[in-house]
Amino acid sequence: MEESAVKTGQIGDPLNRVDGRLKVTGGARYAAEYNLPGITFGVLTTSTITKGRIRAIDTKAAEKAPGVLAVVTHKNSPKVPGYEAGTDNAQSRVHGQEFRVFYDDRIYYNNQPVALVIADTLERATYAASLVSVTYNEDKHQTNIKTQTEKAFKPERPEDYARGEADAYKTAPVRIEREYHTPIHVHNPMEPHAATAVWEADDKVIIYNKAQGVKLAQKDIMKSFDLKEENVRVHSPFVGGAFGSSSRIWPQEMAAILGAKKVGRPVKVVLKRDQVFNMVGYRPRSIQKVGLGATADGKLIGVTHEAMGLTSTYEQFTERIVHPTKSLYRSPNLNAVYKLVPLDLSTPCWTRGPGESSGSFALESAMDELAYALNMDPLALRLKNFADKDPENDKPWSSNYLRACYERGAERFGWSKRNPKPRSMRSGDMLVGMGMSAGIYKAERTTASARAKLRSDGLLVVQSAAADVGPGTYTIMTQIAADTMGLDVSKVRFELGDSSFPQAPPQYGSHTTASVGSAVHDVCVALKQRLQELAVNKQGSALYQASADDLVFADNAIRLKGRSNGLSYTEILKLNNLPELEVTKESKSGPEKEKFSTKSFCATFIEVHVHPVTGMVQVRRVVSAVDAGRIMNLKTARSQILSSTIWGIGMALMEEGVIDHRFGRYMNKDLAEYHVPVCADTPDMDVILIDKPDPIVSPTGAKGIGEIGMVGFAAAVANAVFHATGKRIRELPITPDKLV
Amino acid sequence: MKHRTFSVLFGNEQEPPHTARRDFLKQSSLLTALALAPSSVVQAAETVFGGRASSAAEPIPVVIEINGTSRSLSVEPRVTLLDLLREQLDMTGTKKGCDYGQCGACTVHVDGQRVLACLSLAVMMQGRQVTTIEGLAENPEQLHPMQEAFIRHDGFQCGYCTPGQIMSAVGCIREGHADSAAEIREYMSGNLCRCGAYSNIIAAIEEVKKGGAKV
Repeated sequence: MEESAVKTGQIGDPLNRVDGRLKVTGGARYAAEYNLPGITFGVLTTSTITKGRIRAIDTKAAEKAPGVLAVVTHKNSPKVPGYEAGTDNAQSRVHGQEFRVFYDDRIYYNNQPVALVIADTLERATYAASLVSVTYNEDKHQTNIKTQTEKAFKPERPEDYARGEADAYKTAPVRIEREYHTPIHVHNPMEPHAATAVWEADDKVIIYNKAQGVKLAQKDIMKSFDLKEENVRVHSPFVGGAFGSSSRIWPQEMAAILGAKKVGRPVKVVLKRDQVFNMVGYRPRSIQKVGLGATADGKLIGVTHEAMGLTSTYEQFTERIVHPTKSLYRSPNLNAVYKLVPLDLSTPCWTRGPGESSGSFALESAMDELAYALNMDPLALRLKNFADKDPENDKPWSSNYLRACYERGAERFGWSKRNPKPRSMRSGDMLVGMGMSAGIYKAERTTASARAKLRSDGLLVVQSAAADVGPGTYTIMTQIAADTMGLDVSKVRFELGDSSFPQAPPQYGSHTTASVGSAVHDVCVALKQRLQELAVNKQGSALYQASADDLVFADNAIRLKGRSNGLSYTEILKLNNLPELEVTKESKSGPEKEKFSTKSFCATFIEVHVHPVTGMVQVRRVVSAVDAGRIMNLKTARSQILSSTIWGIGMALMEEGVIDHRFGRYMNKDLAEYHVPVCADTPDMDVILIDKPDPIVSPTGAKGIGEIGMVGFAAAVANAVFHATGKRIRELPITPDKLV
Repeated sequence: MKHRTFSVLFGNEQEPPHTARRDFLKQSSLLTALALAPSSVVQAAETVFGGRASSAAEPIPVVIEINGTSRSLSVEPRVTLLDLLREQLDMTGTKKGCDYGQCGACTVHVDGQRVLACLSLAVMMQGRQVTTIEGLAENPEQLHPMQEAFIRHDGFQCGYCTPGQIMSAVGCIREGHADSAAEIREYMSGNLCRCGAYSNIIAAIEEVKKGGAKV
């Protein structure tokens, strides 16, 4: 890294993370790390059955245990007005009745919270929580989607789609029809979910939590407790990973708020790792059928995608599982159907590439199978069916460099050296396989606001209620502000994660950069305008009555073009007797965007080595080529793709939440038994960022990069495994038992 | 998933310095006894012994040197080093990821060796030197070379596993297990990073190792 590049911090520069020092010194504080005066500790007791009612709950022993302040259950919980109001499904993000903590005696899923024990130390609360004794009237439960498919129903918010004729693939000269399965994935961020709640007054609460969207969390809490916006403050400046699992208010927040109400002191509730498995969502298991039909030369005639996902009995969680299918390839006929199967589990939640990751496993595996049926190169098949416009709605792409992804990815990977015959390539004893896939993910922008405050000491403080769960939002917003203002990055501080800041969308769906980045850009443009007015309208100013066309903003100052005289930003404030200058700006996309289809794209090329006897699969080499619009920071953007790669390896080879259906309980609810990739699983990774601005999505040219790298990834691994072994694995994860 | 490196738990296979083997065995068997006792047995014992069981949780004095400062503390025997640091001393740089010794987020140095703070009872630290991420650098104004390398190579995203990764990375070099990328991959596999920054972490460790700076 050139030091000069690190210092300038213009858009695109590989600037080191501005929050890096805090993170490497342990100075960044996460949700469970606010040790407030008078803090108390809440530990959840959870149900041991999967479905039924609480017959009796005996809290006497727990209440008598040393240090215990209170035990909250459905018998004595403070009331939650929002729980009584019923659900407004027009407003809620998930259709149905949200899970109500300590509301009644009903058990909807195993390990459901039934009591919160609050004590003066963590150890005392943990011990006392073990003393809560619960008896149940147990009902028969169902947790296995495979045996419950006849209960599948069309959700209230349907995702079904059709163009042309249904099931047209069946009439094609070359066709395949296959079934694919994806398992439960648990986000398992390294930071367990936690919340500390403090009631400052009877109608005023502060929450320190783990939130992908502080405004969203604020709104949910306002609704639940019937509180005013200014009386609910959500504070979440650092989030130790989330991947979708912190995009709702969950039991730990509600328990902490209720507990704090009960004891009149701050209450901290931290989930134990096993509680993370079923209280804060997960990627639902899916069963998918894909039918593809093509002409003999590989032109798609018909595509059918039928997907089934699981949900809870109280909410209908839907995800974008058929979305990649609708838009990725040109096919005149396409029908997609999506159904839900209700099970006695907690409600799933958006998980990195929510829907697209599972759906693309089916679609991109099927494309590989079709390529073999056609005796055609899988990349050539994709190029043959490249969509010049979005076939879902016939809108032109705002930008689409998928062809460049294919070409540059294939070249870097050495795709042309691949012998297409399965089981034809070896390295020593290992079978070698090469596979590829394509990916597509929505590139959205929603309304966001930012406040910029220029201080008399020259520091520009920009605030927005955004989140940084790891992608580098602190850093790139600093760069966008510095670049737009002509300021050195050391003169900019970006603040986020506080619900009192201007409105920002939550950090999910890969749209923070396009949304909040635009607001930061626009507020800086507005601030420059104000500074310019102050500089040219003030008598005695060196820029008095200067024409706007003659001015440049650079090096913390406004100058006349080609001349050295000008005024620094702080001099402009001083000249106008202003202690500071503040501008707030709301930013949203115009009507132009509606004329286009806006997506990010990727192509993934993978080499696996498979041990012929044990069936052990290693991903050895990955080339990811990504069109995510203009790149804001080459270093953090690359890291996002590396991250997607590790997630993709986890999804393809090891991750699976395993439930013992006899008990409805997870069998692998810890980080030793739920396998995630470790350092030793790291392949050689090559990231190609196309880095071309999108002219429509956002003024900075950014699309979105957090999820696109995962879309299609697991299929590329499965395709490589097929190439290596001749075995097609249609149920993830690809564990050795499936290959031997 | 590759096999994890469990030497992280008690440092490497060598006996911890300044510790009589007898004490070590005593502590180990205490841990084993606790781990093996079924909860029904514990509960039965609590019922039988009544008040006496709770007296087992009475605080006892312990002196631990933490980041160069000798601390005279009073802790219940059941308090882990991790919870002592985070909840009682407000040293939240050491992270809790799983509490079962499976993720490495709580890695600290005890007498110079990497140890999982969630599997170490605070009372076991009597007379030991504990170094946490807050005390890794020589002084508060400076960064340790490994901290600098992590920033330069973007060896983290959310930052939650990072203190444990850095403490473990320093241990990895000290143990002589950072001679190649392949070796680093193996000896860093006890520290999970869910953001998947592994390749950047490996690059950071390689750079520090090759730079030859004292860690």
